[in-house]
Amino acid sequence: MEVDPLIWQLSIFVLAIFVGYYVIWSVTPALHTPLMAITNAISSVIVVGALMAAGPADFSAAKVLGLAAITLAAVNIFGGFVVTQRMLSMFRGKKK
Amino acid sequence: MSANLTALAYLVASVLFILALRGLSSPGAARRGNMMGIAGMAIAIGTTVLDPSIVSYGGILAAIAVGGIIGTIIARRIQMTAMPELIAGFHSLVGMAAVLVAAAAFLSPDSFGIVDESGAIKTASRIEMALGVVIGAITFSGSIVAFAKLAGLLSGDPVMFPGQHWLNLAIGVVIAVLIAMFAQTPDPQWFWIFTGLAFAIGILLIIPIGGADMPVVISMLNSYSGWAAAGIGFTLGNSALIVTGALVGSSGAILSYIMCKAMNRSFISVILGGFGAVATTARSKTDKPHKEGSAEDAAFLLRNAGSVVIVPGYGMAVAQAQHVLAEVAEKLKSQGIKVRYGIHPVAGRMPGHMNVLLAEANVPYEDVHELEEINPDFSNTDVAIVIGANDVTNPAAKNDPKSPIFGMPILEVDKAKTVLFIKRSMKGVGYAGIDNELFYSPNTMMLLADAKKMMQDIGKEL
Repeated sequence: MEVDPLIWQLSIFVLAIFVGYYVIWSVTPALHTPLMAITNAISSVIVVGALMAAGPADFSAAKVLGLAAITLAAVNIFGGFVVTQRMLSMFRGKKK
Repeated sequence: MSANLTALAYLVASVLFILALRGLSSPGAARRGNMMGIAGMAIAIGTTVLDPSIVSYGGILAAIAVGGIIGTIIARRIQMTAMPELIAGFHSLVGMAAVLVAAAAFLSPDSFGIVDESGAIKTASRIEMALGVVIGAITFSGSIVAFAKLAGLLSGDPVMFPGQHWLNLAIGVVIAVLIAMFAQTPDPQWFWIFTGLAFAIGILLIIPIGGADMPVVISMLNSYSGWAAAGIGFTLGNSALIVTGALVGSSGAILSYIMCKAMNRSFISVILGGFGAVATTARSKTDKPHKEGSAEDAAFLLRNAGSVVIVPGYGMAVAQAQHVLAEVAEKLKSQGIKVRYGIHPVAGRMPGHMNVLLAEANVPYEDVHELEEINPDFSNTDVAIVIGANDVTNPAAKNDPKSPIFGMPILEVDKAKTVLFIKRSMKGVGYAGIDNELFYSPNTMMLLADAKKMMQDIGKEL
C-alpha cells in the first residue's frame, strides 16, 4: 500500500516545527526585531504559488490574482531582506 | 528540470532558510545568515520559474520589478522608530498574498495540479486551501488594524463593545462549519463567504487589544503569516513553503510566549484585550510629595557616579531621544564612568525594539543587557536613568499583590542609589494605568521634560 503524499508533507511540517522551535530559542533577544523582519521576508516564499498562477500563457482571473500576489510578495521579499540587512549593519561591537 | 531535481532545489532553499534564522544568535553571523536567506529565496524562485508550466514571463518580471522597487525604497527610507508599523505592514502583505494564491488555485486548479480524475479539486486540497485562505485573511486584516494603531492612524486604545467575544466565537464557528461544507461539496459560494468572514474576524480580533500589548500582537500575526504560508504549501505540495511556514509559525509563537511571560499575562488574556481600558480610575493619591530636579542637578549626580544604568522605554522612541542619549552616555564613559543599558523584553512596541534603536544610535552591542543580566547589578549602581519607561520599573509588580501588574518581571531600578526618572509630567500613567511608587521614593529625582530636550540639556551641563 502506498503512503498518501499528504502524510509525507505532514511529516515534513511537524519536523520543521521542531527545527523552528530549537532554532528560534537560540536567537538572542537583542535581535528579535531583525528576526521578525527576516521571517517576514522568507515567508514570502509563498511567491512560488503566485508564480504558478501567473505562469500560463492564457489570460485568466487566476493569472491576475497571481500577478497581484507576486507584486505583494516582491515588496515583502526585497523590503524584508533590505531592512534586515540595514538593521544588522547597525549592530556593531566596541568602536575603535 | 525533473520533478526530483525541483524537489531537491526546494530542499536546499529550506536548509538555507533554517541557517538564516540560526544566524541570528549573534550579529556577525546574522549578517551572513541574511545572505543565505536571500540565496534560498533566489533558488526557490529560480526553480519555480524554470518549471515547464510557466511560459509567460513578461508579467512576472514586471510584477517582481514593481514590487521589488517599492519594497527596496520603503526599506531604505523607513525610520528605525517606525519599525513596528513596517513589520505589521509586511505581515499584512504575506496574508494578502496567501489569500490571492489560494483564490487563484481555487479558480484554476489545473495550473496547480490539484484536480482528481473527474476534474474537481481534491478534497484534501480543498481543506488545505480553505485553511490557507482563512488564516491569510485574518493575518491581512488583523495586521492592517495593528499597522493603523502603531502608525497612529487609529487610536491605540482598546475598542470594546458588549458581546464582542461571543460575536467572535460565533463567526469562528460559522467559518469552521463552512469549511466543513466546502470539504463536502466544492460550492464556490462557501469559499467566498468564509474568506469574507475571515477578513472580518481579523479586524474584530485586533481592535480590542491596546497599544502596549502590541509586542504580543505583532508576534502573533508573525506566527499566523507562517501558518498561512504552510497552508498554501500543503495545497501546492511544495516542501519549501511547508518548511518555511512551519519555521515562521513557530518563531512567532515563541516570540508571543516570551512577550506574554515578560508581562506575566496569559496569551488568552492578551487576546481577549481591553487591558488598560479602565485605566485612570485606578490612579490613587496624586498629591504625594515627589522630588523634582533640573538638568544641572542630574548632570552633577552623573558626574559623581561610578556606574550608571540606563533603562529606555517606548517614550524614548516617541521622543526620538536615542541619539542624544547615546551622546550623553559616551561623554560619561569618556570620564571613566561605567555606563550600561538595561532592556525589558516588552519595552517598546515590538520584540527587540529598543535594541534596534540603540544600535541605530551606535551604542556598542556589549553595553546593552537583558533584564536577567542587569538586575543583580542595580544594588551596585549609583545612578539609574529611566527614560520613557514606566511600568517595567514599577516596584508594585514585586510588592503589591493587588496591583494589576503584580508578578511581572521588572527592572529593579529602585535598588540603585539614585534614580533619575525622565517623564513629561507627573500626570501621565503607564499603559497599565497605575501609579508608580518609585516617583515618590526619597532616592528618586523626577526630571519633568521631553526626553530628548532633557538629554540635550544634561549633555550641555556635562
